[in-house]
Amino acid sequence: MSARVGRLRQQGLLLVWLVLVWNLLWGTFSWANLLSGALLAVVVTTLLPLPPVTTSGRFRPLAALRFLGRFLLDLLVSSVEVSWLAFRPGRHRSAIITVQLRTDSDLLLTVIAEALSLVPGSLVLDLDRERKVMAIHLVQVRDAAHVERQRANVLGMEDRVVRAFGSAEDIARLDDPSTETPETEGVGRR
Amino acid sequence: MTVADVVASVCLVAGSFLCLTAGLGLVRFPDVLNRMHAATKPQVLGVLLVMTGAVIRLVGQPIVWMLVLVAVFQLLTAPVSAHLVSRVAYRRRHVRRDLLLVDELGVPAPSGSTAAARADEPAEGPERAGG
Repeated sequence: MSARVGRLRQQGLLLVWLVLVWNLLWGTFSWANLLSGALLAVVVTTLLPLPPVTTSGRFRPLAALRFLGRFLLDLLVSSVEVSWLAFRPGRHRSAIITVQLRTDSDLLLTVIAEALSLVPGSLVLDLDRERKVMAIHLVQVRDAAHVERQRANVLGMEDRVVRAFGSAEDIARLDDPSTETPETEGVGRR
Repeated sequence: MTVADVVASVCLVAGSFLCLTAGLGLVRFPDVLNRMHAATKPQVLGVLLVMTGAVIRLVGQPIVWMLVLVAVFQLLTAPVSAHLVSRVAYRRRHVRRDLLLVDELGVPAPSGSTAAARADEPAEGPERAGG
C-alpha cells in the first residue's frame, strides 16, 4: 500500500467517523443529517488538518473480540479491586515499574497505553518512544512475585492489542525472541 | 416490572455505587497517582453501567445514540487525562515514595532527597524556582 493511498484511506475513515458522530448526536440517520454531516466533516478536516497517523490497516475480528472480552473482564475486576481499596481501612503498597514493549507503532502504542490505564490496576506514567519502554504505576502490589505477574499482564495486553490491530510485521516482532525484553532489568535506575 | 426493568435498575444502582466509590477513593487515597486509579477504573465502569441502564430504559428513542457516544468518549478520554495528571504529578514529585514497593523509573532525587521522600509536599527542585 503506497503512502498516498494510505493517506486517502485514513482521511476517508476520519470522514466516516465524523459523519457517524454527527448522526449519533442528532439521534437519527436521515439524508439531511448524512449530507450536512459530510459537509461539516469536510470543512472540519480542511480547516483543522491532523498529522497523518500510520495505520497498519489491519483488523482481525476474532483477535479483536478476544481483546475486547478480556478488556471488559479486566475492567470489572480492577474496578471492584480499586473500589475495595477505597473502602478498606489501612494503607496499601503501590509500585512503579518499567516494561520493555516490543511494538513499534504510534497508533498501537496509543491503544495499549489507553487500555493499560483502564485495566488491570495499572496507570501509564511515561513512555520512552525510542526505546519502547513504558513506565507504569501499579495501584496495589503485595510482593515481588505480584509485581512480576503484573509485568506479565502488561505484556499480555500488548500481545492481545497487536494481534487484533497490528500488521503481520508487528506480530512477527512479538514472536521474535531477540526483541523480547532484553533489558527490562537494566532500564531503570533503582 | 419486566426483566428489562430489573436489569436496567441493577445497572443504574451498580453504576452509581461505583461512581460513589470512585469519589471515596479520590478522598481517601494517599497520593495523586493512587487517586488517578480511582478516577479511571470504577469511574469509567460506573458511567458505562449507568449508560447501559439508561439505554435499556430509553430504547427506541433518538437520545439513546447520544448515550452511546458518552460511553465511547468516556473510554477514550478518561485514561488520557489520568495519564497527563499522573505524569505531571510524578515529575513534580507529588509521590508518596514511602508507600512504593518498587520504583524502577527512579528519577534522580533532588539535592535534599529526604525531603523528596516525604509526604505530599513538593520538593524544592531547580525547576520549581522558575515557576
